[in-house]
Amino acid sequence: MKITADEAAKMAALAQIKMNEREAAEYTGELNSIMAYIDRIKVLDTDDIQPTIYVLPLQNVWREDEVQPCLSNEQALANAAETEAGMYLVPRVIE
Amino acid sequence: MIGLSALELAEAVRSEQIGVAEAVKAYLERIENIDSQLNAFLTVSRKEALTRAEVVQKKISAGERLSALAGVPIALKDNISTTGVTTTCASKMLAGYVPVYNASVVDKLEQAGMIVIGKLNMDEFAMGGSSETGAFGPVRNPWDMTRVAGGSSGGCAAAVAGREIPIALGSDTGGSIRQPCSFCGVTGIKPTYGSVSRYGLIAYASSLDQIGPLGQDINDCAALLSIISGPDEKDRTCVIDKPFVFSQSVPERLEGIKIGLPSNYFHSGIDAAVKDSVLAAAEELASAGAEVEEFVMPLMDFLIPAYYIIACAEASSNLSRFDGIRYGYRSAEGKTLAEVYRLSRSEGFGLEVKRRIMLGSFVLSSGYYDAYYKKALQAQVLLKDAYNHLFKCFDLILSPVAPTTAYKLGENVDDPLKMYLGDIYTVSVNLAGLPSVALPCGFDGQGLPIGLQFIGDAFAEEKLIQAARVYQGRTDYHTKRPGWT
Repeated sequence: MKITADEAAKMAALAQIKMNEREAAEYTGELNSIMAYIDRIKVLDTDDIQPTIYVLPLQNVWREDEVQPCLSNEQALANAAETEAGMYLVPRVIE
Repeated sequence: MIGLSALELAEAVRSEQIGVAEAVKAYLERIENIDSQLNAFLTVSRKEALTRAEVVQKKISAGERLSALAGVPIALKDNISTTGVTTTCASKMLAGYVPVYNASVVDKLEQAGMIVIGKLNMDEFAMGGSSETGAFGPVRNPWDMTRVAGGSSGGCAAAVAGREIPIALGSDTGGSIRQPCSFCGVTGIKPTYGSVSRYGLIAYASSLDQIGPLGQDINDCAALLSIISGPDEKDRTCVIDKPFVFSQSVPERLEGIKIGLPSNYFHSGIDAAVKDSVLAAAEELASAGAEVEEFVMPLMDFLIPAYYIIACAEASSNLSRFDGIRYGYRSAEGKTLAEVYRLSRSEGFGLEVKRRIMLGSFVLSSGYYDAYYKKALQAQVLLKDAYNHLFKCFDLILSPVAPTTAYKLGENVDDPLKMYLGDIYTVSVNLAGLPSVALPCGFDGQGLPIGLQFIGDAFAEEKLIQAARVYQGRTDYHTKRPGWT
């Protein structure tokens, strides 16, 4: 598997990370050396193996649908860069 | 008082030979004097700690039995949320972030009468094995200040080894508690996945992350694990039904215990001194009555690939929450919403974090998902099956923690793959959700510490701790500290 600079740029875009050409070239080289190693996994025989997310047995846990204490509006906004009228402020989305 | 184990300090506090505030002040003073050299602390919460010390002292003086570690100062890796105390994950992204809620483990420490006195340096967002990738400078190894402390819980291990704190809490996703323990000559436990709540632990790879203790010996670590373990309705993956209670009796021998030694861990890519020390430990355990038998660890070629695929995939998803809007760094340059996201993330995250987010986005992207992510999850199932089989034959597995001792600062930062390969002995434990204890077992020719690990079946912590007690009862590596301390 060889990652091209274009693919690296696509990955960066997917991850919402901006990259200049020099950075893209550096990352492409590094990711290729990492992927060359990771590609070893392709020879592993995994036919008929069911993939799993958690290796421990997890069961659904039910609880009553009751109101619990939660963050106040003030607390929820406490770490935001910009707020207004009790809400997060972002640049205008719709003209 | 500096140099007492956490349990000894708690006993001195309980018998009122030492006051809680006195203990807290002694450690605060020590941090002030030496941390400019180690860079283990990112935040010291002096005022909060002294206030808490008074509250705890009153309870202890009134005869309240809070816990085995009541009155003991503790410091936390800076990815564990603390109400009102800055929590940065050693990232520019979270510089100045002050949580409005505690991690569940922090509430448990408070109920246990422990005093949080600061937050510890680490690799940025726990991604790394050297505690050099953080935004606030590298942690230095107390045994040799030109070397790394290991990572990602490097600040925890360095602070304990440098006697800046009696005991600490770190987190382990692929070896992040055990490897710094090995590099700094201290003891640590990576608990079974699902035994300690992750609520309030800022996530790296949620299916692998687990909080655990780093301390001066196994008894300190076991006491702290008892305090932080147990169910939590805020973390549905915390499947344990009650906190661990470990037996107080310390066995002297290991008759009837079968220990597996993975022979292929010692073939290549391991320092001779590490190999010799771990094999010498195997002999020590055999002379304590254990039956040590070699086996070949299966799937070895696939451990690092499976780990990095799964961890980076989860990281790319977990770290998508950092958008510059609700908390965290916000670029001043973003004129549109899309630019706010992209510039905040580009400026806020460091190199290694971006590398792993990109890798994770790649293995999850359409066209590659089956070849990488799904394949890694299948490899994980095979690994779990292999361990299940091994634990039908063995009570525990003895293994090195890391293939080398602490390397020079800067030596591996430009070679991510080389850094990743250093995780070869630790990642399988996380992939299979198992517990492991890391113990000092020797020194190399340059006087740098070497560590071993015992790996056990899920929720077999008691067995690991008893074996560790026997080993530490017969050796003194865990009592050694750098000469200057």
